[in-house]
Amino acid sequence: MSTAVQDQRRSRHDWLLSDTPDSRTQARLGRAYLAWLSFRRNRLAMIGLIIVLAMVIIAALAPWLAQYNPTVPILRDRLQPASAAHWFGTDGLGRDIFSRVVYGTRLTLYVVLLVAAITAPVGLLIGTLSGYVGGWLDTVLMRITDVFLAFPKLILALAFVSALGPGIENAILAIAITSWPPYARIARAETITIRDSDFIAAVRLQGAGTARIVWSHVVPLCTSSLVVRVTLDMAGIILIAAGLGFLGLGAQPPLPEWGAMISSGRKFLLDQWWVATVPGIAIFVVSLGFNLLGDVLRDVLDPKSRDGA
Amino acid sequence: MIDVDDLSVTFGHGPAAVHAVRRVSFHVANGESFGLVGESGSGKSTVLRALSGLNPNWRGHMAVTGQALGRRRDKAFYKQVQMVFQDPYSSLHPRHTIDRILAEPIAIHRLGEADRRIAEALEAVGLGSQFRYRYPHQLSGGQRQRVAVARALILEPKVLLLDEPTSALDVSVQAEVLNLLRRLKTEQGLTYVLVSHNLSVVAHMCTRLAVMNHGAVVEELTVEQLRARAPTHPYTKQLLTASLGYDRAAIDRFEDFAANG
Amino acid sequence: MSQQSLLEVEDLHVDFATPKGLVQAVRGVSFSLGREKLGVVGESGSGKSVTGRAILKLVRPPGHVRAKRLAFDGIDLQGCDERAMRTVRGKRISMVMQEPKFSLNPVMTVGAQIAEAYRVHGQASAADTKRRALEMLQAVRIRDPERVYAAYPHEVSGGMGQRIMIAMMLIPNPDLLIADEPTSALDVTVQLQVLAILDDLVSQRGMGLIFISHDLSLVASFCDRVMIMYGGRVMEVCDAKHLNEARHPYTRGLLNCLPRIEAGGPDGGADLPVLRRDPAWLEQGL
Repeated sequence: MSTAVQDQRRSRHDWLLSDTPDSRTQARLGRAYLAWLSFRRNRLAMIGLIIVLAMVIIAALAPWLAQYNPTVPILRDRLQPASAAHWFGTDGLGRDIFSRVVYGTRLTLYVVLLVAAITAPVGLLIGTLSGYVGGWLDTVLMRITDVFLAFPKLILALAFVSALGPGIENAILAIAITSWPPYARIARAETITIRDSDFIAAVRLQGAGTARIVWSHVVPLCTSSLVVRVTLDMAGIILIAAGLGFLGLGAQPPLPEWGAMISSGRKFLLDQWWVATVPGIAIFVVSLGFNLLGDVLRDVLDPKSRDGA
Repeated sequence: MIDVDDLSVTFGHGPAAVHAVRRVSFHVANGESFGLVGESGSGKSTVLRALSGLNPNWRGHMAVTGQALGRRRDKAFYKQVQMVFQDPYSSLHPRHTIDRILAEPIAIHRLGEADRRIAEALEAVGLGSQFRYRYPHQLSGGQRQRVAVARALILEPKVLLLDEPTSALDVSVQAEVLNLLRRLKTEQGLTYVLVSHNLSVVAHMCTRLAVMNHGAVVEELTVEQLRARAPTHPYTKQLLTASLGYDRAAIDRFEDFAANG
Repeated sequence: MSQQSLLEVEDLHVDFATPKGLVQAVRGVSFSLGREKLGVVGESGSGKSVTGRAILKLVRPPGHVRAKRLAFDGIDLQGCDERAMRTVRGKRISMVMQEPKFSLNPVMTVGAQIAEAYRVHGQASAADTKRRALEMLQAVRIRDPERVYAAYPHEVSGGMGQRIMIAMMLIPNPDLLIADEPTSALDVTVQLQVLAILDDLVSQRGMGLIFISHDLSLVASFCDRVMIMYGGRVMEVCDAKHLNEARHPYTRGLLNCLPRIEAGGPDGGADLPVLRRDPAWLEQGL
């Protein structure tokens, strides 16, 4: 590496870690950079990140990576083993499994992101309001949370999907409805710890209203634990979606949803094992990726373990 | 300026009730610096919290500039009365820059000219502009306390309630912060109520003080009287002796002043 | 009191490898201690607590301790492995820390903890142990030792918690006690009462005491000698009673910036003199 490039890197590094930032953006970028540095040090984290990034890239580039149409059956090619033409073989309807897995990443991402986008804000809002305002609001919101927490996730999701009808959107809704309670709990616990702090007292003494305090002061401190929990839950969400798909209640055929692929591959498990196993491995790898990422995010975002935070 | 009459604060109910403050009365004149001294559990911080409105469960009468105070406080009150907290490590939001921390009260009260006010506030407490975009964890304890003072003064209040403002600081830093507080008081004509367990700090900063023990005011005296070693109540005398350092013979004579009724 | 050296520390260095670089917490500290009370005074970051921990080899990686000489009663502490150190810790050198809340096990009764401290260093019957523990509780002036013996740490006050810690740490009869800010979390009157107990016990048993604190005036009135630390180095060592004649500008600065009841007042009084830190102090120590 040339010294010029090294110098450039060093000066950017120094600028980011400068003790006297000149603007809000510089300060924020500096914090993000520090977090990135400690993240990078952990090899497992990097593996997790690579897996997740790979998944996103594959999903984005699916039309170019997949050589075959994932939904159109070609019956004369059915149940072919792995070969040069079909890297993972073909399934019961002759569709290329590799292409189906690649397109399946889109579905998986769709499910995971939508569920996170729905549940995290809902849980955060309910939890922080409940924790900060307390009193009867807290009691009511927490009892509602308890009701949802009392049901095992998959059973409740099943019940909702049965009521709403099969389909990937309904599956997402059903999973979201069952996933938000832990986030509310986490947010509430964090809020209760924070609410008696001096910095909250100080802003109350400036005349700030509840909305401002919760939004600007409490929520930013809850986000790290929430992000960690959401990331760790993603593996579980993928599995529930796959489970629903397996039962025929999630994504409907011919969508290349991995759970549904395992289900339809069951019949061929003994002789044409690849039909069910390959999507299974895909689920495994992606879940592992999210778990590793979540584990390390927790170590990085926890202010007590981070240097100087 | 500040009138407190018969203030009582109780936590909990029934037999487990804790009478943190029992019928405390004192008055602070405009421009005066008044000290509230006591050991832990004496109720001195609780008095401040009731006065500032942080704790609405009190009985008695309190008034600032002649206006009686109710359970809730309005924005106008907060523009007049501000507080500086004890622990510099927890009185600033860990995720906000100093700029954001100082901009908040300006935004809440819609004062405008945020940039100018923030720059002036930082200068007034002796912090250069290089601190403006730092995060609290990048500042030392003394610097954080200065930010806390800047934050309190940015609304241009008349009264500053100081809850052990230097107890968590090193001695050399304490000297700087105390000097700063005195200078600001003179410059801006402020009224101080200073809570501390340290008699020397109170003697340096205040003209009059009240000594509290187990929730009640045991004695009110001037700093002159303190200096002349002329307190009348035995508890004050004991506190004064203790603040002079380790004296084996004197320690043997220490008593336990339990709460009375 | 005997001036024969109990503890000898020569050129102690403690470094911590952190992501932001090497932090030198202690940089060449040397002192010797006899059976006397030595006060180690410094502000935060001066390295005083780390020094105390380094003597007991309680500094964990990424901390690294090295010294030219670290000897206790003739034993070379640097050469001791963990097993050998365990026979020294508690039995010969003990340590009392600041917050009894954090140093007492919250799920064991006080009595059980004191008994454990006793049994760890020697065999004794249960009855004998209990008797010794109760004796110790009485020695630290706890009025109803039976009740406190059966109590849990959260049921006793801060001052009593510290007295219990002292009892626990002194029950094996160590020769040296390192007290790291033992009274900083306590009220002023309780502070002095606890110190009086410490004073009596240390003199009665002919122990050495290292008293680490940030409170210069307290240390000066309590200890025999005072050692002032700044930036990991020793600035000055002097007799406590001659502290007012101290010569190092840092010591003088610390003494001068203390508010005093006698001096001035808010309107007539002068500002407190501010300590001006000379960067040269970071380069040279004793």
